Amino acid sequence: MSDNGGTRGLKPKHQRLVLVSLALVALIGASLLAVWGLRSQANYFYLPDQLVASPPPAGQAIRLGGMVAEGSIQTMGDGITIAFIVTDQKEARVPVMFSGILPDLFVENSGVVAEGALDAKGVFQAENLLAKHDENYVPKELQEMSEHQAAKMAEETTLGLD
Amino acid sequence: MLAELGLAALWLCAALAVLQLVGGALAQRDGSGELAALVRPAAIVQGVLAMFAFLMLLWVFAITDLSVKLVATNSHSMKPLIFKLSGAWGNHEGSMLLWVTVMAMAGGLIALVEKRLPEKTMQATLAAQGFVALGFYAFLILSSNPFERLPLPAVEGQGLNPLLQDIGLAFHPPTLYFGYVGLSVAFSFAVGALLTRQVTPEFARVMRPWVLGAWVFLTLGITAGSYWAYYELGWGGWWFWDPVENASLMPWLAATALLHSASVLAARDALRTWTIMLGVVAFSMSMVGTFLVRSGILTSVHAFAVDPERGSFILMLLTLYIGGALAVFAVRAGSIAEGTRFKAWSREGALVFNNVMLSAILGIVLLGTLYPLLTEAFDVRVSVGPPYFNPVGAIFTIPMLLVMGVGPLLRWRGDSWERLKWPIITISAIIAVVGLLVLVFGDVTVLPLLGLAIAAGLAIAAFLPLRGRNLRRVPIATWGMVIAHFGIAVSLFGMASETAFTQEKLAAVSPGGSEQVGDWNIKLESVDPVAGPNWTALEARLFVSRGSEKPALVTPQARNFWAPPQQTTESALLTRWDGQFYAVLGDQAEDGRWQLRLWWKPFVTLIWYGGLLIALGGVFAIIGRVRSDLRRRAGEEDNEGNSPEWEQA
Repeated sequence: MSDNGGTRGLKPKHQRLVLVSLALVALIGASLLAVWGLRSQANYFYLPDQLVASPPPAGQAIRLGGMVAEGSIQTMGDGITIAFIVTDQKEARVPVMFSGILPDLFVENSGVVAEGALDAKGVFQAENLLAKHDENYVPKELQEMSEHQAAKMAEETTLGLD
Repeated sequence: MLAELGLAALWLCAALAVLQLVGGALAQRDGSGELAALVRPAAIVQGVLAMFAFLMLLWVFAITDLSVKLVATNSHSMKPLIFKLSGAWGNHEGSMLLWVTVMAMAGGLIALVEKRLPEKTMQATLAAQGFVALGFYAFLILSSNPFERLPLPAVEGQGLNPLLQDIGLAFHPPTLYFGYVGLSVAFSFAVGALLTRQVTPEFARVMRPWVLGAWVFLTLGITAGSYWAYYELGWGGWWFWDPVENASLMPWLAATALLHSASVLAARDALRTWTIMLGVVAFSMSMVGTFLVRSGILTSVHAFAVDPERGSFILMLLTLYIGGALAVFAVRAGSIAEGTRFKAWSREGALVFNNVMLSAILGIVLLGTLYPLLTEAFDVRVSVGPPYFNPVGAIFTIPMLLVMGVGPLLRWRGDSWERLKWPIITISAIIAVVGLLVLVFGDVTVLPLLGLAIAAGLAIAAFLPLRGRNLRRVPIATWGMVIAHFGIAVSLFGMASETAFTQEKLAAVSPGGSEQVGDWNIKLESVDPVAGPNWTALEARLFVSRGSEKPALVTPQARNFWAPPQQTTESALLTRWDGQFYAVLGDQAEDGRWQLRLWWKPFVTLIWYGGLLIALGGVFAIIGRVRSDLRRRAGEEDNEGNSPEWEQA
């Protein structure tokens, strides 16, 4: 951008070409950078059974989605840390710790998406909780999960009926 | 009856849109078909009828007509009137009706007043506008009829989501829609100009107020949305890189690029095809935004009442419009003659740099927003957040901001380095000194550090275009630019300061107890039950003071709404000139202590004041442009380039 030479003898066609190629280079550069950034910085989503089966390395930022297990919410002695268990309503149970104000619709037997990372002891340290935030809205992952579960249950209950 | 009138008006609108499309298209073929004369009147009547349909919707909401499905599902007879009315567009069907209403009114307006372009180009423009509107009418009538009746009237409405019962939110979506619609007008102008090969400075001048207007509304919408998320969600954050936020940011980025390239086209007759392309991209981004918000295809903290099937309808419209526009572009772009040449070190060069950087940032935001969709195709669930957007976006934002400081000082066509040596050295010195000061005295990470330093440099640089000029004679549009650029600096400073210097505390406090956050002393007096018109709440009474200041009362609440039943946290803010104190009340622990989340956020308010300044700059620019255009039309021809004084300067 610092060309201050005399009038260049570029034909109009050429200037358009130069501009287009500059824009292309910048856009390709941006895309490459974006792909690199996405590969290294995207946050993977886990269901409880996936997390139990193949846990990611401790400290890697991930998201965990599931149901808050019944009777599992406990407040720690400091009054601000909450421990609860995220489950898929089968065997898989992941202990979660969270320090902060709970979302408005965070209740037992309700869906939650926790953002955070596993610690060395296998406890999920949540930095942020996303609960469904109105009566009709459920985080998309949870919505699909419950459909999936419903389908499974239907499959199990109708097994051998035909 | 009212609802049926509204629906009938919508059908008529759709018919008029067809007329507009056919008439405008025929006019392209035989020059002056009989239908062509009807194009303008059709657009005007369509605008009036759409407005009528929307008024009918407002009316059924105002009287809470529970036989209309939309009212029954989104309103409640006990709601305050203002929220009854805002409920009319606080849902999918109503908001889509608002969208087409504004679009039809914009179409009517250009049909009524715009006389500068060749008539053929105007007809092509209105045909394009009719084409876009037609898709939305089909969408409304076929899949999102706002006037649908219930077989049996409901006994009582289900109420409006309490998070939406907020005065800011009543006006936030319409603001964004005005922006989106403004870009649809720019899109139609671009298609019209492309079809008739009239990509001229005059076209850029006609389009520019619409782009500027759209940009002002988008700026206001984003600013308001950010502030809403900040105080309503109670998380203390002002930008989450959430898909819905990105959906409003992407059209803004495209519109910013477009208004700058339109300036080059208007003043210097360069960047013709590029401007057309941006017109198409900007509207595409509005459609992508609408699609992301309305389909709920991506998880969002802002998502309300989403429906995947409607999403596919919008996706279809998106493909149709954008595919069509790009096809026309591909066929016609080659035949658009190249505009005037310029050197790299010139006003044009700086604006091209601005455009390329904005496009790159747009690409980065778009990729990051859509990436979760791409990976989902391979059954991998990811979310993309600040760790991606912040650093990758900054790589392109920082050079762009630096060039923004210098660009307005450059002359058109070409400039010398000598002339600008001192301003550039001054700006660099300010950035370096502020950067060093922050580095030495503050414990700050790289991005906020750069943000603070560049903001300081830009704040000064923004006013340099006024240097050595008689301030009374500076054109209004130039003031607009100065104010908007200064607003960017102000906003950037707020963002960097909030990120760098926020102090936060999460504590469990007994009534009577106190806490300390930074210089602030917070005493929890009590937590009492209180009641509002449609909610009850627990309210904490906090007395907050700093130094010897008199303690101020701050009252965060945990609210329970009963229609529909829902809990919300109402954060409480205490604003000082140098920042905001932010408090949220949480749950009560078993031992009787209350959870409190407390923040001191230095200069956080500058983020939104900056946004307002940017919008104000846009308003000045519109006034200046329209005024100088009117003058030019009154016969005051400049001798060269037909551009206002500052564009030549």
